[in-house]
Amino acid sequence: MQQNLSSTEPIVSLHNVQKSFGPLRVLDGVSFTVARGEVLALIGRSGSGKSTALRCIDRFEKVDGGEIVVCGHRVDRPDVDLRALRQDVGIVFQSYNLFPHLTIEQNITLAPCAVKGMAASQAKDLARKVLAQVGLEEKLHAYPEQLSGGQQQRAAIARSLAMQPKVMLFDEVTSALDPELTAEVLKVIEQLAADGMTMVMVTHEMGFAKGIADRIVFMHRGKVHETGPASILTSPTTPELTQFVGTGNLKS
Amino acid sequence: MGGHLNINHLMFLGQGALWTIGLSVIALIGGGIVGFVIALARISPLKFVRIASAVYVQLVQGTPLLVILFLGYFGLAAIGLKVSPLAAAGASLTLYVAAYLGEIWRGCIQSVPKPQWEAAEGLALSRTQRMMKVILPQAIRIATPPTVGFMVQIIKNTSLASVVGFVELMRSGQIVNNSLFEPFAIYAIIAVTYFAMCYPLSLFSQRLERRMGRGRSNLAPA
Repeated sequence: MQQNLSSTEPIVSLHNVQKSFGPLRVLDGVSFTVARGEVLALIGRSGSGKSTALRCIDRFEKVDGGEIVVCGHRVDRPDVDLRALRQDVGIVFQSYNLFPHLTIEQNITLAPCAVKGMAASQAKDLARKVLAQVGLEEKLHAYPEQLSGGQQQRAAIARSLAMQPKVMLFDEVTSALDPELTAEVLKVIEQLAADGMTMVMVTHEMGFAKGIADRIVFMHRGKVHETGPASILTSPTTPELTQFVGTGNLKS
Repeated sequence: MGGHLNINHLMFLGQGALWTIGLSVIALIGGGIVGFVIALARISPLKFVRIASAVYVQLVQGTPLLVILFLGYFGLAAIGLKVSPLAAAGASLTLYVAAYLGEIWRGCIQSVPKPQWEAAEGLALSRTQRMMKVILPQAIRIATPPTVGFMVQIIKNTSLASVVGFVELMRSGQIVNNSLFEPFAIYAIIAVTYFAMCYPLSLFSQRLERRMGRGRSNLAPA
């Protein structure tokens, strides 16, 4: 399991990935790569397999076939070192999933202390730093339930950042938020992209995807149906993507 | 003895009450420790461990405590192990409590929403760390009311230990009654004493629930 990657090697690569839930074929030969510093948006209808594809990258789903390499880890192999993989990959969920019994600071310092053996004082400094990055310094000692949905999601992003991942996965992180709160979360993600973070995001915010993504992967029935730069959203070549962006999803 | 209820009788009952508390504590500590192991075994990644612990729980839950007590006391004697009433009652209650607490706690652990496990996994925490730092603290909050509720059951159930000759509150009441023949007065005293032990526990549970209420509303985000 090599750790040192040459800068040209993709951070994430999926090759012919297969995944079924029972008789339902969710991923049917999915392939794509994500280069260092690239922002990739996975879009498609509900049930198209985009969330499953994202979850396979962090091995929350085991694949039935194909090859997944993430930061040098062979994720498709049963002997993959999951803890090493997950130190390299940060994931943010739709439902935030902050730990309700811990303060925001404790939420953030937990993994650096427990996994990386970081000293408590150092971890607290780190917590302040990542919270500043998402504009929530004043919420250090608050409990998750005292925060709005948008603030909770930003705190969850900060928690993930504290592990200094090489790539971040966003699984419909704004789907539970109203437009105003969505905007504050998207601003944080935009800043991350500007800082050069490698990101894979499943999103329904077409306007956002268009603005931030270096590349779009449009999934349809478990396959990568169309892929290309953000401009494919305005000039799609397949009828399915045309229909998908034409159904009112494309907010400016 | 004989005659009227006097201070000596009450002191004898008081001693029995202390043994009821003592036996309850033994059952709760022993049953709590074994029950915790059972709870973890019930959700073990190893199928064999899951099945073995499930069989244990089913066996104990399908057997009356009275029978378990007799088995503990007379059964062990029959195979040559002479055990004191205290040891037999303590061991039987431990096994009994472990099966119930193990099952209650398994349910509480599993009722912590699955995304909490995933979030902890995503942060590269080991299985033990996920359990100790993320899941159990939340499960304990959920487990407090049913656990204390079950503790009340245990205190009352220790009265069954009187059948193996263990002189706790119930047995001491029977002994006093054998000399005084005032069953109503004596069993009324005993009833009030049991109530006095159990009621504070219920109150305590309610207070605990209120104090630990922080964060509960966020346990199951949308």
